[in-house]
Amino acid sequence: MLLQMENITKHYGNVTANQAVNFDLGEGEVHALVGENGAGKTTLMRILYGMEQPSSGSVKVKGNVVSFANPASAMASGIGMVHQHFMLFPSFTVAENIVIGREPTSGGVFDRKQAAALVEKLGEQYGMPVDPWAVVSECPMGMQQRVEILKVLYQGADIIILDEPTGALTPLEVKELLANIKSLALQGKSFIIITHKLHEVMEVADRITVLRDGRLTGTLAATDTDAEQLSRLMVGRELVSLEKQQLELGKAVLEVKGLGIRGPKGKGKALLKDIHLQVRAGEVVGIAGISGNGQSELIQAISGLRPVDEGTVQLAGVDIKGMAVRDIREHGLAHIPEDRYLWGAAKDATVLDNGLMGHHRSLQRKGLVKGKEARAKVSEWIRQFGIKAGSLDNKIQNLSGGNLQKLIAAREFAHDAHFLIAAEPTRGVDIGAMETIHTELIRKRDAGVGVLLVSSELTEILQLSDRIVVMYEGEIAGELSAKDATEEKISLLMSGGNRQT
Amino acid sequence: MEQLLDAALFSSTLRVVTPILLAALGGALCSRVGLFNVALEGFVLVGAFSGIVGNYLFGNVWLAVLFAVLCVMFFSLIFGYMSINLNANPIVVGISLNFLATGMTTFLLRAIFNVKGAYYDSTMVGLPKWDIPVIKDIPWIGEVISGQSPLVYLAFILMGVLQFYLFKTVSGFRLRSVGENPVAAQSIGIKVRKHQYTAVLACGVLCGLAGAQLSLGQVTMFTEGMTAGRGFIALVATMLGQANPLGVMASSLLFGFMDAFGIRLQGLAIPSHFTNMLPYIVTLIAMFFFKDRSYLKDANKAGGSSR
Repeated sequence: MLLQMENITKHYGNVTANQAVNFDLGEGEVHALVGENGAGKTTLMRILYGMEQPSSGSVKVKGNVVSFANPASAMASGIGMVHQHFMLFPSFTVAENIVIGREPTSGGVFDRKQAAALVEKLGEQYGMPVDPWAVVSECPMGMQQRVEILKVLYQGADIIILDEPTGALTPLEVKELLANIKSLALQGKSFIIITHKLHEVMEVADRITVLRDGRLTGTLAATDTDAEQLSRLMVGRELVSLEKQQLELGKAVLEVKGLGIRGPKGKGKALLKDIHLQVRAGEVVGIAGISGNGQSELIQAISGLRPVDEGTVQLAGVDIKGMAVRDIREHGLAHIPEDRYLWGAAKDATVLDNGLMGHHRSLQRKGLVKGKEARAKVSEWIRQFGIKAGSLDNKIQNLSGGNLQKLIAAREFAHDAHFLIAAEPTRGVDIGAMETIHTELIRKRDAGVGVLLVSSELTEILQLSDRIVVMYEGEIAGELSAKDATEEKISLLMSGGNRQT
Repeated sequence: MEQLLDAALFSSTLRVVTPILLAALGGALCSRVGLFNVALEGFVLVGAFSGIVGNYLFGNVWLAVLFAVLCVMFFSLIFGYMSINLNANPIVVGISLNFLATGMTTFLLRAIFNVKGAYYDSTMVGLPKWDIPVIKDIPWIGEVISGQSPLVYLAFILMGVLQFYLFKTVSGFRLRSVGENPVAAQSIGIKVRKHQYTAVLACGVLCGLAGAQLSLGQVTMFTEGMTAGRGFIALVATMLGQANPLGVMASSLLFGFMDAFGIRLQGLAIPSHFTNMLPYIVTLIAMFFFKDRSYLKDANKAGGSSR
C-alpha cells in the first residue's frame, strides 16, 4: 500500500471529528471518501496534508511512519491537495500559478519563457493541455481546476487529494475532469476524492470509503456497490423517495412574454431573446441548460436584479417590470439565489442577521427588530433543517457551504410567497440536506406555490419538475413534460441540437 | 507662458517630487503585500525630524541620512508588528501612527532643541548639490537635471530597481503573490509574514530617505508638520500609479509638477490656497478615469508586459 492511515482519532475539545478511522490507498488507485457535511472527511484529509495533527493514530507512506507538521512536509512526501476553493492567484498567468514556489530562473531572474515551456510540457505529458500565458482570472472554472491539478503535479505529488473537485464545474467540465483523473491513475498517480456526488463516485472510483459522524461505516469496492447502498451508509437510514401527486394547476403566477436583454452596451449577442415562460400555481417548472446560457440573466430579470430591455414580466397578474426588488418581493416572490455568497448572504454578518434578511420588515416594531421573535424564528429553522450553525451569533463565513445553503433555503421557504425561484438550491449540499430541501420544494408546490427551478444537475431537474424548459444561448431551445423527458433528450437540447421552437 | 514653463520650473519639479516619489514607492511595496499603508505621512515626518537630529548629533549629513533611515525603519516596525502580528486593521494603525508622528516630533523638537515651531542652525550642512558631468553642459536639460541632491537621483534609480525587482525577480514575484492571495501563498510554503515585513521595512527606508530630502535637501531645517500632506499625496500617487513603480513615478511627477507650478502661479498673484488645491483636483479627475481599474487588474497588464 502506498498510503496507510491507521486508527486516526481527532478531538477538537469535546467534539470528536474522527474516531478510529482506517484509510488506505494503493498506487494508481482512485479512492473516494464520501459522507455528509461534518462527517469528518475534510478533517481526515487535513491530517494527511499536515494541516492538523491527529490526537492518536499513525500515517504511513510507502511503509514508513510519517508525521507532517505542515503542508510543506506533506508535499515533500509526495502528497498534494487541491482545495475546494481554489488556491490561485487571479491576476497571474497559468504558468506563474503552476511554477510558484519552484520557479525556473536564469541569471537570478524569473525565467517566464522557461516556465511556460515547462508548463506546456507538463500539460502534454498528463493529457491536460493549458495555455501557459493565459491569465487565470480569465480562465473558466474547469481550466482553473486543471491549473490546480497541474500545480500539484509540478510539485511532484504522487498522492493527490481532491476536495469537492466538481462543485463549481459545468457537466461538461466534470466529464473532462473525471476522464483526466482516470488517465492520470493509469499513469500511476493515486487519488483521494472527497465528494458527495455519488454518480461521480461510481464513475471514477475504484474503492469508496464512507464516513458518518466521524466513524468509518464501510470501505467498499466500486464494483460491489451502488449509489443507493452508499447513500444508506452515508445517511444511516433509508432515504425517502419523493412522492409527487398529480395536482390541479391553478392560475399563472408568473407570466413572461417576449423577454429580451441585449448584450453589453447594446452590442454583441443578446443575453436573452424572446423568452416566453409561464409558471402556474402548483407546478414546478425546471430550467435546464449548461450554465451561462441565459439562466442567470433570466432569474435576475424576473427578480428585478437586472433591467429588462424588451417584453413583460407579470407576477400574479401584476406587471413587475422596472419595479424595485423590494416591491417585487412584496408582490409574492421568494428567491433562493444561485450564488449564495454573492446574492444570498452577507459574509461578515451573523447567522441571525442573515436569517432575518427579507424578514426584517415583518419582524419590527417602530423601526426596531423584535429580537426575541427573530431569534425564535431563526432557531426554529435551524432545528427544522438540521443546520450546523454553532450559535445564532456565529459569523456566516464560519458555516460550511451546505449549511449556509440550508439556512438561505429555510429563510426563503418561510416567506408566504406564491412564486418561488430556486436556483441551484442544492449546490454543494449533502444528501440528507438535499432530501430536506427537495421535500420542502415539493411541499411548497403542493401548497399551491409556483416554483421555478434552475439547476445544472439534470437528475434534480428530472426528479422535481412537472415541466422542463431547456435554454440554449439565451433562448428557449425546447420544452418537455416530465412524462416524456429523459436525460438524453434534455442533453441534446442543452447542446443546441434538435431545436423544436 | 514661456516664462512660466522655464527650466527652473522643471528643476524644482524634480526637487519637490523626490519625497513624494520615495514615499509613494514605499506605499506601493506595502500595497503589493496587501497592507494599505496610510502612515506614509507620519513615516516621512519622522524621517525629516530624525534627519535633522542626526545632523545635529553627528555633524555629518550622510550619517544624518542613515540615522533618518534607521529611525523610520524602527517606526515602520510598529506598523508591521501591529498589522501583521496582531492582525490590527492597517488603516487604523496607520492613522494613529500619523498622529503619533505629529505629536512626537513636536514634543521632541522642544525636548532636544528647546525651540518651538522650527529648528534652524546655520552651521548645519545640508545635502550637497551634484553636478553631473557632460549632462550639465547640455542646454536646458543640464539646467533641469544637473545640480540636484543625490537623493533625487537615488529616488529615480530606486524606482527602476523596484520595477525590476517586482516584475522580473523570483523574490518580487513571490512578494506580489502574498498581496494577491495570502492564503494561497501560504499553502505553497511562501513565508507570508517574512515578505510583509520586508515590504514594510523597505517602506521605512524609502520614507526615511523622503524625510531626509525634505529636511536636508533644499533648506536645512525642521518645522512642525513640515510634510504638509506630502505623505498623503504620496498615498494617492501609489493608488493612481496602481502600485506599479513606473505608474507611481508618473503620478508623482504629475503631483510634483502641479506643486511646483502652483508655487510659480503664486508669483502671478494667484492665491496660494487656490494653487494648493490643484494636486487634489487633478487627483479627483484622475480617479474618475481610473474608476473601472483596480491595481490588481493593472498587475495583470504588468505581468503581461514583462513577458
